[in-house]
Amino acid sequence: MARITAGIATSHVPAIGAAIDNDRTADPYWKPLFDGYRESRQWLSDHRPDVVILVYNDHASAFSLDIVPTFAVGCAEKFAPADEGWGPRPVPVVEGHPEFAAHLVQSVIQQDFDLTIVNRMDVDHGLTVPLSLLFGQPAAWPVRVIPLAVNVVLYPPPSGRRCYQLGKALRRAVESFDEDLTVQVWGTGGMSHQLQGPRAGLINQPWDNAFLDRLVEDPEALAQVPHLEYVREAGSEGVELVMWLLMRGALSHRVRTIRRFYHVPASNTAVGHLILEDLG
Amino acid sequence: MAIDKPYRNIPGTTIFDADQARKGYHLNQFCMSLMQAGNRARFKADELSYLSEWPMSEQQRQAVLDRDYNRMLALGGNIYFLAKIFSTDGKSFQHAAALMTGMTQEKYAEMMLAGGRKPEAGNS
Repeated sequence: MARITAGIATSHVPAIGAAIDNDRTADPYWKPLFDGYRESRQWLSDHRPDVVILVYNDHASAFSLDIVPTFAVGCAEKFAPADEGWGPRPVPVVEGHPEFAAHLVQSVIQQDFDLTIVNRMDVDHGLTVPLSLLFGQPAAWPVRVIPLAVNVVLYPPPSGRRCYQLGKALRRAVESFDEDLTVQVWGTGGMSHQLQGPRAGLINQPWDNAFLDRLVEDPEALAQVPHLEYVREAGSEGVELVMWLLMRGALSHRVRTIRRFYHVPASNTAVGHLILEDLG
Repeated sequence: MAIDKPYRNIPGTTIFDADQARKGYHLNQFCMSLMQAGNRARFKADELSYLSEWPMSEQQRQAVLDRDYNRMLALGGNIYFLAKIFSTDGKSFQHAAALMTGMTQEKYAEMMLAGGRKPEAGNS
């Protein structure tokens, strides 16, 4: 039986990818951020799963305005890094797990979540920056990855409550797969940031830290927070944080915090990171 | 009955909802085209001519030529699509963010290093 062993949350700022790709991780600006992930990389090398279900959002790379799926699962064998306007990131191609992905979508759709199935898709920094932060720069990614793309670009995105419930359905789907696989669910994006308009640059450290507390201790209540609060308190792009609730919903209520890190700024964004061990 | 849009009252913020997406469809799809190196080269060689291939409004076209990102947002642009324009220009997100706030990039970067814009300073 497949089982979920841990959940990881991390921001996915594009400038972090650029710092890695251009060998600037030791610069004074970036060093504190990358130091914050060092222990996480060590933990992950000791607790490497077979598969990561990586919850992220596409940033107008794979999905233009022609088609905007609310929840889309990548069922392909491979996903190439996207050209986001400055050439693709020099990172390995992402290897999927088509058989497991097909099982997950069938199970989740039968639990009343109408997922979109994607058989061809490039993946942008939203997916590759978390892999780089947590695995460094290997010749090939050490895990298989099932991308789960959530629309948070075109308003309204799915609610935090809907994401949290989808996480629960995803857990049941994982546990009904017969093969022995260890699985982690990663939730990415956030934390507070606003990239547009005269209010750009918004950061809300108290709100972010309360979010981290509540995600661990009281996710049911956190899942009730409306979009308006995210936009007002965490900025227009801070609404990405609903994707962390999808990860949290896939975990048991009982978790142990292995790692917690918070840093401001990475370019325009507050960076948050958690590793939660699933206690079953 | 009209859809309730309480997010309209947040200062300095344009929420990219389905109505904005409808207004900005061609503007945003033009931006998407800049993900291909050949299109980036053609755009750089003659911006007006390249823009004329897209059925967007004159105001949208002018806002692109002026690199007036706040105006593009008001006319239905979305920041992740508009990012293809400043990436084509070789500029960063921080450059664009500073422009939209009316600050120099240096002052904006200083604000971010000092912890960013505080939500309580009349901005929320």
